[in-house]
Amino acid sequence: MMNSKLVFGVIGRLLEILAAILLLPMLVSVIYRENTFISFLVTALISLVTGIVLHILCRKHDRTIYAKEGFLIVALSWLVSSFIGSLPFFLSGEVPSYIDALFESVSGFTTTGASVIPDVEALSHGILFWRSFTHWIGGMGVLVFIIAFATNFTERSIHILRAEMAGPVVGKLMPRAKDTTKILYIIYIVMTVVQIIMLWAGGMNFFESVVHSLGTAGTGGFGTKSDSIAGYSPYIQWVIGVFMLLFGVNFNLYYLICTKHGKFALKSTELWVYICMIIIATSAIAINISPMYSSLSETIRTSFFNVTSITTTTGYSTADFNLWPTFSKGIIFVLMFIGGCAGSTAGGLKVSRVVILFKMIAREVRHLIHPRSISTVRFEGKEVEEHTQRNIANYFAVYMMFLVGLLFIVSLEPFDFETAVSVTVTCFNNVGPGFSFAGPMASYSEFSNLSKIVLSLAMLMGRLEIFPIVIFMFPSSWNRKK
Amino acid sequence: MKIVILGCGKVGNTLIGALAGEGHDIVAIDKNPEVVEEIFNLHDVIGLCGNGIDSDTMLEAGVSEARLFVAVTDSDELNMLACYLARKLGARHTVARIRNPEYNDDSLVFFKQNMNISVTLNPEMLVAHEIYNILKFPSAVKVETFSGRNLEIVEIIIKEESPFVGIKLSELRKKYSEKFLICYVVRGDEAYIPSGDFELKTGDKIGITASHNEILKLLKNIGTFQKNPRSVIIMGAGRSTFYLAQKLINIGVNVKIIERDAQRCVELSNALPSAVLIHGDGMQYEILKEEGIASSDAFIALTGTDEENILCCLFAKEQKVPVVVAKINRSDLAVTAEGLGIECIVSPQKTVTNVVSRYVRALKNSIGSKMETLYKLMDGKSEVSEFKVREDFAYAGVSLTTLNLKPNILVAGIVRGKKPIIPTGADVILPGDRVVVIAAGQQLDDLGDIIKH
Repeated sequence: MMNSKLVFGVIGRLLEILAAILLLPMLVSVIYRENTFISFLVTALISLVTGIVLHILCRKHDRTIYAKEGFLIVALSWLVSSFIGSLPFFLSGEVPSYIDALFESVSGFTTTGASVIPDVEALSHGILFWRSFTHWIGGMGVLVFIIAFATNFTERSIHILRAEMAGPVVGKLMPRAKDTTKILYIIYIVMTVVQIIMLWAGGMNFFESVVHSLGTAGTGGFGTKSDSIAGYSPYIQWVIGVFMLLFGVNFNLYYLICTKHGKFALKSTELWVYICMIIIATSAIAINISPMYSSLSETIRTSFFNVTSITTTTGYSTADFNLWPTFSKGIIFVLMFIGGCAGSTAGGLKVSRVVILFKMIAREVRHLIHPRSISTVRFEGKEVEEHTQRNIANYFAVYMMFLVGLLFIVSLEPFDFETAVSVTVTCFNNVGPGFSFAGPMASYSEFSNLSKIVLSLAMLMGRLEIFPIVIFMFPSSWNRKK
Repeated sequence: MKIVILGCGKVGNTLIGALAGEGHDIVAIDKNPEVVEEIFNLHDVIGLCGNGIDSDTMLEAGVSEARLFVAVTDSDELNMLACYLARKLGARHTVARIRNPEYNDDSLVFFKQNMNISVTLNPEMLVAHEIYNILKFPSAVKVETFSGRNLEIVEIIIKEESPFVGIKLSELRKKYSEKFLICYVVRGDEAYIPSGDFELKTGDKIGITASHNEILKLLKNIGTFQKNPRSVIIMGAGRSTFYLAQKLINIGVNVKIIERDAQRCVELSNALPSAVLIHGDGMQYEILKEEGIASSDAFIALTGTDEENILCCLFAKEQKVPVVVAKINRSDLAVTAEGLGIECIVSPQKTVTNVVSRYVRALKNSIGSKMETLYKLMDGKSEVSEFKVREDFAYAGVSLTTLNLKPNILVAGIVRGKKPIIPTGADVILPGDRVVVIAAGQQLDDLGDIIKH
């Protein structure tokens, strides 16, 4: 039986928190004396009122949740946040079409960073801040935030963490979910603040430092300029590049380092595969594109920046990789799929899943050659249990099927095949820029409303790793009796 | 408080649920990955799969920073060894389940000293003790003793014919001269701390505090008193049966034990020569009839299967056995069994959980008034706890009416020296007293917690 009172009670609490969060961009608008603050105020009020109503209506409930409620809460809260997040764009009139506003909001919360706004420079400060702030909130997860800071949520919050946090297995750092999520948020906040200071020290103005740091932390990709980071100094590009790399690492490793268990962190297979992957991709692209750039440092910087940006699914860019040779584009395309580490804010398949998949293939091949052989798949010094393996293999299959399905709908657009494929892949993996007409310097404004809705769905599926959204769409999950 | 629990079986699971619910940081270890996964899903804890003797696993679980280490695996030896290691690795206190009767004699002291075990748990012994208390008070569903038997809380169910039905508590005190206090009422799913205008109904479970003699008088007065049982049938010959039969035989009760396993019958008959051992299946009602179930004073089902215990007890009820007690492990089944009319239910996990929770609370407030006893009612929604009042108790000598008590708190009894006092508003708490407090919907760690600040 469905505990719908609990589900909506949580949504009510989420709306209250969103109302509080909306005060921040409102403050920015007030500081810059922009009249967009009214749109934030109205949205905050709508959110607060519905939140309180839901909260009161669903006050008395049984606090135990099961896996099903976990999935539904996560799916529903992301839809609700996307809706609330879209209101300031629409109400302020800076994004005139509602579908566009929704796309922008989904793109923000899912940390994709694909924008439908052709002229970013024309946006007000408040809206620019809100765009990046949705990245920051969505990167770690809205419900994770609630679990970390709201009192006595539920004893079985693990079901929510599992549905919202990316990666094949969810590990806890501390016995209680509340403490675990608190630590993760503290690491997240500290790293963001450090980046703001470093950018600010490098000559970027304070507002842009904040906006770019929030965008980097969530591995989102919304900035303040149409040409993304290309116009900034090499120092700024290095800082953002390195921080993107850092935010793509499993946050649990930072905790291990903070608690002086750094040597365990350095033993992480996933970390080394991730770093090696970036080094190899950077070098390969650097060699491939070297004829296009004058100096070696510029070549390496451009190559490194764009490789980390794509791997961590951020989507900032310092060059239009549309103009690069096909080999480089090929590498970038593959990196879009792999994504960052599990337990980071990055999207994509996650390095750990890819590594385990390869190990499973290796075992299968070994088994074909020696049919009587018995071997286990080992990862991070431990055996990967059978059900985790099955889960990963299934996830990969479902992931590919949905990718193809979404591609069919997007290919109705009058663009070339490269655009259609890259747009689907980039949204599904929460990267942002694609190739051809959806390149890093272009926007999604040319796409039809149908595509925008389908791509928004793709982004949500990609961020929540498909299953919550699928379960949400099955009517039987809402049925009380099933 | 950081607590590491080794072994996630029936007892481990209940313990983890209770302690995690009280807000402690818990790491659970078990060797079976599926059990660990289940625990991880049910409770807000870290689950770790591994061997409790392996120092790597122990360190990963953070035993070195743990305040308490609890070992409740099936193996006594493993529990002892794990506690020893945990202590060596830095755990401050250790609790081990040791249930083999061979270890539960003089050697226990030796083990505790040499293996640095702070508390040992013997669930079967605790269960036997609980049943023994019930049998000594056959009209009660449950008996809890405080301050070395000077004060008791007796739980009885109000039957239709009881003179208590439809009476307000304030009238009750006028009607009966005995010094007693109705300290809690359980009705349906709710537990109340009743005030004077609370009206009792049929089916209510009430807790009465008084001294032993006063309770006897009261029960005789209201006609629910039953004599101590002279003959008892116990089904199943597990460890708790052994402990219980031993206690009963000591006070001269005739004990008949029915057990399916012949080998076990022989073992037990060697250990308890005065008990009558019947080799047979207690589920065959013919055997129960043959052994005179209808004329026995009490029937106690202690087999390892909950379902069997429930069914046999229902049969015993049908045969009009005055006292029927069932051991039920699974808490969901206990609720069902209560619904079917089995009033006396004992559960080893709950008993163990009470003991460990009390120990944990006592660790938590080593500075305040020490908690001596703790009983949980209604799955922990309400609690009865006993505190020893320290010399520096800030509210000593203030009368209870002037004390600003929190809502849903009741001072149910004060024991001064050996004299129990059933408190009225004019009574005071003095240093050195033992105070029994009932709290609904809240947790008490210290006696000071009962006062509103």
